[in-house]
Amino acid sequence: MLYGSVRDAFLFLTYTCRMPTLDAPSLAFSQDGHHTVTATGAWHVQALMPAQTMADIKLALKSAGTTDAQHWDLSQIDSMDYIGAQLLWNAWGRQRPAQLTLAPQHEDFFRRFEETGMLDMRKAPQKHWYSLDVMLQRKIALADHILGFIALIGQLVIDLGRFLRLPQRGPWKEISANIFHTGYQALGITALVGFLIGIVLSYLSAQQLHQFGGDIFLVNILGMAVIRELGPLLAAILVAGRSGSAITAQLGVMRVTEELDAMLVMGLPHGFRLILPKVIALAISMPLLVVWTDAMALIGGMVAANVELGLTYKYFLRELPDAVPLANYWIGLGKGVVFGGLIALVACHFGLRIKPNTESLGAGTTISVVTAITVVILADAVFAIIFTGVGF
Amino acid sequence: MNTCDPRHPAAEHNLGSQTIIEITDLRTQFGDTLVHENLNLHINAGEIVSLVGGSGSGKTVLLRQMLGLNQPTAGTVRVFGEDINRISSEDLQALRTRWGMLFQHGALFSALTVFDNVAQPLRELRVLPKDVVRDVVLLKLQMAGIGPEHARKMPADLSGGMIKRVALARALALDPDLVFLDEPTAGLDPHASESFVDLIRELHDEMKLTVIMVTHDLDTLFALSSRVAVLADKHIIAYCAPDKVVEFKHPFIETFFRGERGQRAFEALPEPSERKEDA
Repeated sequence: MLYGSVRDAFLFLTYTCRMPTLDAPSLAFSQDGHHTVTATGAWHVQALMPAQTMADIKLALKSAGTTDAQHWDLSQIDSMDYIGAQLLWNAWGRQRPAQLTLAPQHEDFFRRFEETGMLDMRKAPQKHWYSLDVMLQRKIALADHILGFIALIGQLVIDLGRFLRLPQRGPWKEISANIFHTGYQALGITALVGFLIGIVLSYLSAQQLHQFGGDIFLVNILGMAVIRELGPLLAAILVAGRSGSAITAQLGVMRVTEELDAMLVMGLPHGFRLILPKVIALAISMPLLVVWTDAMALIGGMVAANVELGLTYKYFLRELPDAVPLANYWIGLGKGVVFGGLIALVACHFGLRIKPNTESLGAGTTISVVTAITVVILADAVFAIIFTGVGF
Repeated sequence: MNTCDPRHPAAEHNLGSQTIIEITDLRTQFGDTLVHENLNLHINAGEIVSLVGGSGSGKTVLLRQMLGLNQPTAGTVRVFGEDINRISSEDLQALRTRWGMLFQHGALFSALTVFDNVAQPLRELRVLPKDVVRDVVLLKLQMAGIGPEHARKMPADLSGGMIKRVALARALALDPDLVFLDEPTAGLDPHASESFVDLIRELHDEMKLTVIMVTHDLDTLFALSSRVAVLADKHIIAYCAPDKVVEFKHPFIETFFRGERGQRAFEALPEPSERKEDA
């Protein structure tokens, strides 16, 4: 079937070079004496594309398969390709029918099918979710994540030691660039969300407090809630969604493009040059964002209180320091530092584990953000337990 | 050198009168950089055309313009007689089932298995029965030299040569009339690239393909091409059979082809005074 050289092939092959108008393929049955099935038209994938044509052909092939007539006449077919030929071949039960008339230029298709024979893929082993193997696998994967995360923290401590020993050789540029990306560029969104949450919280509380005549306690509620809990948490969730996903995707693409390997080969350790700057940058920019979000939420609350309850701005600002002890502010800042570091660590952990394919990149980024937010809320609960008696 | 005129490829064999690609007065400009100017090229059906040129001479851009991925600044590109930049979207869709492209790095869908990669264009038609899709995919993989035992593997688990073969099987899934190859043998070892060249030649004969490839590999070029199009000075300076092209008088052709003449089969050429590696 393979011609001696390219040149020879030109002598008797036909090539198509315009968008052709193909006759739809069809089958005709004749019942006179010996049953003959005559195929006509173009058995070509382009001709088979209309859904109706395909349905007709499928039906015709099915009924042809049931009659045991079986003289097949394919000599009137205009053109054929592997897909059209495969349709016929499968209708014949993957073998040549006893009586077959075939144009010589279409002989190759069926010879190729005969030579190749039946191709079979190995079945993928199906595992049930409740099988011991799968459960063990899952447990191993979880243990692997936990160990990996601990190793990451360990590496971070070593790198931090190296940084403190020789601060002049530290990754200052990377740190400053990361502060810009994770801090400065997040100012807009944190301000907007903080302001709106402040308004919502203030309105809801004001309505309830007004019923009991406790209007003046709005400052206490708003101040405590925002500075101690909501400010740090809001900023952390926004940063986890914004910067956490960016860090994971960045490291993942660096894995896909082998940049991570290139760094190792050049003697630039990932921990010191990629992870440490991100953790330090987020640990610096997060408390600053917390202060910013606090301020915006309180301004939002203040505006709403003025509209709803008629509390003046002057009164609100004068009451705030008395209502909220300073310790709460420091707890909020501390939360910011811890949350920032955790978000960076979780994002780096999942980023470094991305495998070089697109699906893994998507899945890794998703799980990174979800885990970062969960870890932040867990850490918040730990803070709440540790500082139960502080700041009231 | 009238025989190497890109607008009138001389009919050297019985066929060769039907034009499958027709590029007229093409001009491409990126910002201030002029890439192509007055570029003309007529490619006949059934040819294996190699597009050669120095790095940055716009070979890949030209290939992408034939596929409608890039738009030229001026001029027309006709494929199968249709102006690729003015075609209606339905016609373009129909046209896209008639060509295949082998990207330089395979461009396999990394989230899909080998089988699903090749099945993708077939399933996209939404009419073929499952068993036909399965058999066609496995047959095409077999033709490209990939056994069915590899069908469930992911692209990340394949070697460079296998990725090219799977990508070729995907390009050929719909029995196209026209196949574009971007650096088909780049990154393959000599043995692998030789067998890949044989594979392309076999499939060209068997499936009645027209092949257009960009290549830097002279072995591939001489083993496969029925014609060579040389892109230099912003247009096609010569378009004719490989043995004619090497005789064409142009500084680029002299450095490109004669630099390594020791290994070639047609060595009746004068030794160039300065030996250079290919551009």
